[in-house]
Amino acid sequence: MVTNATSLGRSGLFDWLVQRFSALVLLAYAICILGSLALTPDLEYESWRAQFDMPAMRIFSLIALLSLCAHAWVGIWTVTTDYLNEAQLGRAGTLIRLLAQTVCALLTLIYLFWGIRIFWGG
Amino acid sequence: MLVSIYRYNPEQDEKPVMQNIDVDVPADRDLMVLDVLELAKARDPSIAYRRSCREGVCGSDGMNINGVNGLACITPISKAAGPGRKLVLRPLPGLPVIRDLVVDLSGFYRQFEKVKPYLINDAPPPAIERLQSPEDREKLDGLYECILCACCSTACPSFWWNPDKFIGPAGLLQAYRFLADSRDTASAARLAALDDPFSVFRCRGIMNCVAVCPKGLNPTRAIGHIRSMLLQQGT
Repeated sequence: MVTNATSLGRSGLFDWLVQRFSALVLLAYAICILGSLALTPDLEYESWRAQFDMPAMRIFSLIALLSLCAHAWVGIWTVTTDYLNEAQLGRAGTLIRLLAQTVCALLTLIYLFWGIRIFWGG
Repeated sequence: MLVSIYRYNPEQDEKPVMQNIDVDVPADRDLMVLDVLELAKARDPSIAYRRSCREGVCGSDGMNINGVNGLACITPISKAAGPGRKLVLRPLPGLPVIRDLVVDLSGFYRQFEKVKPYLINDAPPPAIERLQSPEDREKLDGLYECILCACCSTACPSFWWNPDKFIGPAGLLQAYRFLADSRDTASAARLAALDDPFSVFRCRGIMNCVAVCPKGLNPTRAIGHIRSMLLQQGT
């Protein structure tokens, strides 16, 4: 079996399921946001804010945010292991891939914690 | 007919070149690409390629014909190039070239070996043979016919990028051929060996393998079945 330390769940099936499940969550979240925008034609800051202060919306937003980060990581990990390897880039491939994965992992974590602060920070 | 052939000898040449050869093709008959290649070889005997059965059974003459992988012996030039057009022959993409149209298939065979392409059965063998019902035998149709020509795997970008980690469509078709066999008792171990992020899951379902298979097989469907079996076992 081919092992890999940097994939999300180290199991191909786990990553594959996460990718599908998170896609469905993001679709539902997008429909929810677009639907609420369509239902409130003269949207103002106060009502928009109140909407995102509802506990249900906060939880849904957090799940969507986690799904976005997991979805992004599985995708980015796939792209980096496809194109940034020794076969494509020579001996520096592993180093370049690790650097790219580190930058993407840090960005993902920054967006995640920043997002949690926005939705749950009061 | 103008034939453009990929020429490369890695031991002597710095880089590959395309050699143009004008071949006299009878106007009243539709030749196969292999026939044209034989005519070209009569002009220049130094052209190297593999061939054997010349009827699409041995799988030796898989090559890239006008951009599409196929068997030279069963691809008519009318289909490959069309009237008045140049025939362009290159080796199967993504594999190391040994000479001209001959590629090194050892990596391809290594992936085939990984899936243990033989029947595993722990039960003591019966006196005559292991029986299989006609219904169970039917499940192997569309799987056992693979001739290992490598047209599918070398048409697959996932196999190009990770030829050492992704089994590839040809290997996975055989993996499912033994997973689907009622006489095989090693399904759990076979599935466990495939449940990593590369072996099966690098398939992104673009179906290049299905489009090029000269035997009309469907590796993408077999990969889908493997995925379902993994899902049943793993959740």
